[in-house]
Amino acid sequence: MELSRDDVLQVAGLAKLEFPEAELDAFAVQLGKIVTFVEQLSEVDTAGVEPMAHPLDLHSAKRADVLVAGLSHAQALANAPKSDGEFFLVPPVLVKKP
Amino acid sequence: MKLEHLSAVELGRKIASRELSSREVTAHFLKRTEAANASINAFVRLTGDEALQRAEGIDARLACGESLGPLAGVPVGIKDILCMSGELTTCCSRMLENFRSPYTATALQQLLDAGLVPIGKNNMDEFAMGGSTETGVHGVTRNPWDVARTAGGSSGGCAAALAAGMVPLAIGTDTGGSVRQPAAFCGVVGLKPTYGRVSRYGLIAFASSLDQVGPLAHYVEDIAACMESLAGHDPRDSTSLDTPVPQYTAELGASLKGLKVGVVREHVDHPALDDSIRLAVARAQETLQSLGAELIDVHLPHTAYSVATYYIVAPCEASGNLERYEGVHYGFRKLGEAGASSPLDAMIARSRSAGFGDEVKRRIMLGTFALSTGYYESYYKKALQVRRLIANDYEQAFGQVDVVLGPVTPTTAFKIGEKINDPVQMYLEDLFTVGANLAGLPGLALPAGACPSGLPTAIQLQGPALGEARLLNVAYQLQQSGLHQPSLAAGVA
Repeated sequence: MELSRDDVLQVAGLAKLEFPEAELDAFAVQLGKIVTFVEQLSEVDTAGVEPMAHPLDLHSAKRADVLVAGLSHAQALANAPKSDGEFFLVPPVLVKKP
Repeated sequence: MKLEHLSAVELGRKIASRELSSREVTAHFLKRTEAANASINAFVRLTGDEALQRAEGIDARLACGESLGPLAGVPVGIKDILCMSGELTTCCSRMLENFRSPYTATALQQLLDAGLVPIGKNNMDEFAMGGSTETGVHGVTRNPWDVARTAGGSSGGCAAALAAGMVPLAIGTDTGGSVRQPAAFCGVVGLKPTYGRVSRYGLIAFASSLDQVGPLAHYVEDIAACMESLAGHDPRDSTSLDTPVPQYTAELGASLKGLKVGVVREHVDHPALDDSIRLAVARAQETLQSLGAELIDVHLPHTAYSVATYYIVAPCEASGNLERYEGVHYGFRKLGEAGASSPLDAMIARSRSAGFGDEVKRRIMLGTFALSTGYYESYYKKALQVRRLIANDYEQAFGQVDVVLGPVTPTTAFKIGEKINDPVQMYLEDLFTVGANLAGLPGLALPAGACPSGLPTAIQLQGPALGEARLLNVAYQLQQSGLHQPSLAAGVA
């Protein structure tokens, strides 16, 4: 399947990624080649085959119902790009309309 | 004998008997690493002071008469994807260049509890996405057998460190062949255990239904001994298996008489397979026969679709797992110019775009595409159905035989730069390894002598779920019969 630059922009929006304008066409070609490659699966007859999301038939291993210490506040914030010691700080979510 | 030629188990024995101290062994390997790393780039960070301190602690405990595990005091390399409390763990990505984990991965903690001594973090492809250890932010790892060639990937740093005699043991991870392929390229042994055998807690996630921690070493008995510490249930990883851990080392040496070994025709007869590797598999067949094993042809008919299946399933899981990198709680942050979006959204997109490298972005895009509305059924769901067929193929094969034999890779180590600009060619490297990940089964790469140009060749043994003990015994017998002769890379001082 060939992908257009608009397809790439649409997926990039979903993935929260940006690509430089100058690279968009080349990236669309490259991603299109990979998509074409994986499309060979359409040859396989999978009628009635149960999808396999996980290799194990999992059962729940239970543990004793006791409190276990988690991370402290300071530990949780230690790697934050920006914090005020209490909260993670981020740029504004809403902006005033002029 | 020089220490770098001894097995990890032998080093552990000499440390336990106090013939050697852990401190002198650790200092020896640190010195070798410092000398060789400039040309090989197998380690991205050394923690020498901590290692020597830890080694002295082990020596002190042994001096007090304490009885520790068989690998106590032995130095080990750790792929830079396993978290260690307070230390940097970067996944060789700009995204995590300053990340100090607040906790230690369970697998690593179990090694520390067994007295092993980590000397540093091994190079890898960024977020373990790659097959050549070329995509990491710390640069390419070179193959000690030929520095113009890759060490394989993504655990290339672990395998190269072993081949150069920098460590006797290293811990990698394998999502689609990332332990086995570099082991094959560098002439060392590598095991990908059954999915769930080793805890994934503290292993930075790439594809959660495929990721598994696995050891690399020169000697099969070192892998067996290491697995006794690595394996086991972890209450912090609900996908870790709560079945008892066998004594893998105790099972080494059992007779192979009557063992049924399946030769995977789709792998051995594959047109892309290099003759030197086909010959290596043939040598293994002869050796196995001479040991009393019975060879039977088996088929994995969906082999041709395994790479395509993998390159939908793994990127889909990765696109979800890597959503967490948004420059908010940890990791790289870069502010963007808010146009139509809010300053927050602009920051997230800019942080991700500047923090991730090309291959990681490519896989996030591929996974996001395959999961998006209109494509989910024909890509992701389809891949999960073919995944079931691939697992069924293995189940049928293991109805007939105890283990299956084949190659690890189509070729010996390729040149640095050879495949990096052609993603599909790079992905096809994984042809013989991804099946075990998709089906959740154990696979082991065992060196099988050099090809005429001097590069290592290797064979792969795969088994049914929880069949590690048998795989290790078969590999051990092949090693004892001389098929695999543990050795450092030619030319390594």
